[in-house]
Amino acid sequence: MNPRLTAATAARVLGQVRNDPRTVGLLIVVPCVVLGLIAWMFDGTPVLNQMGPLLLGLFPLITMFLVTSVATLRERQTGTLERLMATPIRKADVVLGYALAFGLLAVVQALVLTGVAVWLYGMEVAGSLWLIVLVAVLDAILGTALGLAGSAIARTEFQAVQLMPVLIFPQLITGGLLMSRELMPTVLEWFSRAMPLTYGMESLQELARGGGFAEIQGAVGAIVAFIVGALLLGTLTLRRRTP
Amino acid sequence: MTPRGDRNRGPEVLGENPARDYIPHMRNNDRPAIRAEGLRVVRGGARHGVVVIEGMDFEVPRGQVVGLLGPSGSGKTTLMRAVVGGQADVTGTLEVLGQPAGHPDLRRRVGYVTQAPSVYADLSIVANLRYFARLLGAEEVDVARALTDVDLARIAGRRVGVLSGGERSRASLAVALLGSPELLVLDEPTVELDPVLRRDLWALFRRLAERGATLLVSSHVMDEAQRCDRLMLMRQGRLLADAPLPELLERTGASDAEGVFLTLVESMAMEQKEVVR
Repeated sequence: MNPRLTAATAARVLGQVRNDPRTVGLLIVVPCVVLGLIAWMFDGTPVLNQMGPLLLGLFPLITMFLVTSVATLRERQTGTLERLMATPIRKADVVLGYALAFGLLAVVQALVLTGVAVWLYGMEVAGSLWLIVLVAVLDAILGTALGLAGSAIARTEFQAVQLMPVLIFPQLITGGLLMSRELMPTVLEWFSRAMPLTYGMESLQELARGGGFAEIQGAVGAIVAFIVGALLLGTLTLRRRTP
Repeated sequence: MTPRGDRNRGPEVLGENPARDYIPHMRNNDRPAIRAEGLRVVRGGARHGVVVIEGMDFEVPRGQVVGLLGPSGSGKTTLMRAVVGGQADVTGTLEVLGQPAGHPDLRRRVGYVTQAPSVYADLSIVANLRYFARLLGAEEVDVARALTDVDLARIAGRRVGVLSGGERSRASLAVALLGSPELLVLDEPTVELDPVLRRDLWALFRRLAERGATLLVSSHVMDEAQRCDRLMLMRQGRLLADAPLPELLERTGASDAEGVFLTLVESMAMEQKEVVR
């Protein structure tokens, strides 16, 4: 690994994003609008205060996952990945460069979304706002890492789009949002425990209830472990040679 | 000695002397640029794949422009990818600049241009070049030189996405020139170019070779053959001929490269018929 090449790659990815202002706009504006719909619909009830923090974590994860899968697929299809692999850059530099660039984008997204939720929609959280932002950013980096790992499976645009329902939806369903984990059949409970998204949702729900860092540190550790694991998987599945 | 970083001159026209800074760093000079023996490549996985190259033996001498000609599907791209180390399931001997193909040291010494222009469409030409320059450890002077070499200095700030096909493929070529590689592997670099640009690019290839670089250039346009020092004619994963054009013309009695190719294909078909009998 070479920090200089990682930074160069992150700067390049950010340069590409900057040249596409519409994507940046969608990334930032759409989550705010959706959260606004919920705030409007459940006006006068505590739903926004309960659900809001959870969505602050979910939106970055889903959008970053999609953006990363498409970006890496494009990199494969236009031949730039083949070219990169013919230069001295390490595979880890490519993967970390992407994680760094989209991680920075996620920080912006999480800050804007949290600010809008609190100051515009009047969301009230019992726990610390900064901890919510922290978990949201970690979730976004997790989304990027999963996108990088998942793009090894996808060979076409159709497959890349399918990754989202395949990898994200089951996690959403078993993550404890629809049903508390204690009420699930044992096998599904195990499945839920093995999925990375569960820990993001768990800590955000804990924070919404007024928990502090002591209550979520285990879950945060699990998210970080999943990020490292997914980045490693993404690095290992990147091929230098065409079959 | 050629001064490096002489930036005080005005913008140059392609063809004057843009390659002045191109000094390939030479090592293992006595070995051929590429040496293959019993080369065999299977594509699509070693088990269920298709044999795309079967039993190729050849040597590419240093400092020459070698044309790799053949119809599409003859294995040119696969051979080039094997040379730059981007091809899986390569067996036999394949030595590049004295090292086995795909050796990490070669990533700085070999430049590769894929058939599809592989540059980022959402970045400007110069942003693309700066990124790859950082990866290769090249300097800003190299970026300026590469831009001049392919005659894109005037529109360097333009986004690749809005360029014409020819401009895009020249941007892709410029990336390969950044590190002043000893061996340049160019997969159909002149496709979609108008005759003037094609002539200018071949002149550039010639100048690079004069400075000591070796070029392996593929094409399916047979009339580009006369611009090469040596020709490798491929068909169905095999080498039909490997010699300078005049020698091939004499051997086959044909009047041009296309004639050479057709004569060789026919004589091969005749031989096969005789074997069947």
